[in-house]
Amino acid sequence: MSLWQMFSRRGSAPVARERLQILLAHERALGGGQGDLVAVLQEEILAVIARHIAVDRDKVQVKLDRSKDYSTLEIDIEMPPIATLAAARASLR
Amino acid sequence: MSKVLVVTSGKGGVGKTTSTAALGAALAQSGQNVVVVDFDVGLRNLDLVMGAERRVVFDFINVINGDAKLAQALIRDRRIDTLSLLPASQTRDKDALTPEGVARVLDELREKFDWVICDSPAGIERGALLAMYHAEVAVIVTNPEVSSVRDSDRIIGLLDSKTAKAEAGEKIDKHLLLTRYNAARAARGEMLKTEDVLDILSIPLLGIIPESEEVLRASNLGAPVTLNNPTSAPARAYFDAVKRLQGDSIAMTVPTARRGLIGKLFGRRVA
Ligand SMILES: Nc1ncnc2c1ncn2[C@@H]1O[C@H](COP(=O)(O)OP(=O)(O)OP(=O)(O)O)[C@@H](O)[C@H]1O
Ligand SMILES: [Mg+2]
Repeated sequence: MSLWQMFSRRGSAPVARERLQILLAHERALGGGQGDLVAVLQEEILAVIARHIAVDRDKVQVKLDRSKDYSTLEIDIEMPPIATLAAARASLR
Repeated sequence: MSKVLVVTSGKGGVGKTTSTAALGAALAQSGQNVVVVDFDVGLRNLDLVMGAERRVVFDFINVINGDAKLAQALIRDRRIDTLSLLPASQTRDKDALTPEGVARVLDELREKFDWVICDSPAGIERGALLAMYHAEVAVIVTNPEVSSVRDSDRIIGLLDSKTAKAEAGEKIDKHLLLTRYNAARAARGEMLKTEDVLDILSIPLLGIIPESEEVLRASNLGAPVTLNNPTSAPARAYFDAVKRLQGDSIAMTVPTARRGLIGKLFGRRVA
């Protein structure tokens, strides 16, 4: 058991309470349809990017982290090698 | 070689989700690549018990419907990187789980992981049947009390008839996990004895998990008990269970009542 756990042994309930408050606030606000919202966001963002570069759908990672005051949505898109990109741009001109 | 394991019970609230998280984490802690899959559509909880509730973006149903790739829905544990979670949908209903969709996703999971652990919903309906269908190993979670044992018997019947293995004329590998075992009450003869449960259900015993406040603490903090407090009695019992699952034959420890000072002074009256 870590030192932190020794000190925090007294109460795990406050942690539980805070976790639930954050989770439920998000679930109630969005009626639970968060996955749908993120799916729509992802589609539209990818569509914009796809107008400029070819995006491999398997190389897109979406991460969400909900916290109390704000949430972060991370959309990670692996880009093709620079050379490929440059060639594609040149052919566009 | 990858294995699909279902954690099931029939009866609700006996400790399936707790056990899925603990067994999954313990297997991952031993170096295996593990995914835990929540089949409880509409009432997901495995994300909370695993402490991943803030990170759920896509779920099982999104993957089945093609809204997301499997890799996008899987949540990698921040503490053990060989452990992942596929969350259930909180908003759809159970009909969104289609047999073909489940088959496709489980096939894909088999390719990526050594163990695919399915947390079954309670009951004997669609969700529970889909959770068990592809399993080759079943952990039947039972509490030492009459209604739980009866429901486990029912589930064993379904495992032997309604799974892919059964349909192919093969036997599914079944293990009994006794949970919420209260040693003090067992000593007073207030609970069914382990031998009695084994006698009635006649499947091999995988482990006896004591009733423990450590389980509650771990779920409050969002960590499987084997991660949160690996030396606690329930964690050790889960680690032993995992060793047995992997084929080790190790002696069974029956939890014993550990009486505190008050208990020692007043004997049985204060249990
Ligand atoms: N060994 C244990 N000691 C103490 N409490 C436990 C133990 N195992 C489970 N519990 C508690 O029992 C309750 C039900 O557990 P859990 O959610 O794992 O059951 P379940 O079978 O998944 O329920 P459901 O059928 O609703 O899905 C939870 O509050 C959990 O913390
Ligand atoms: Mg459950």
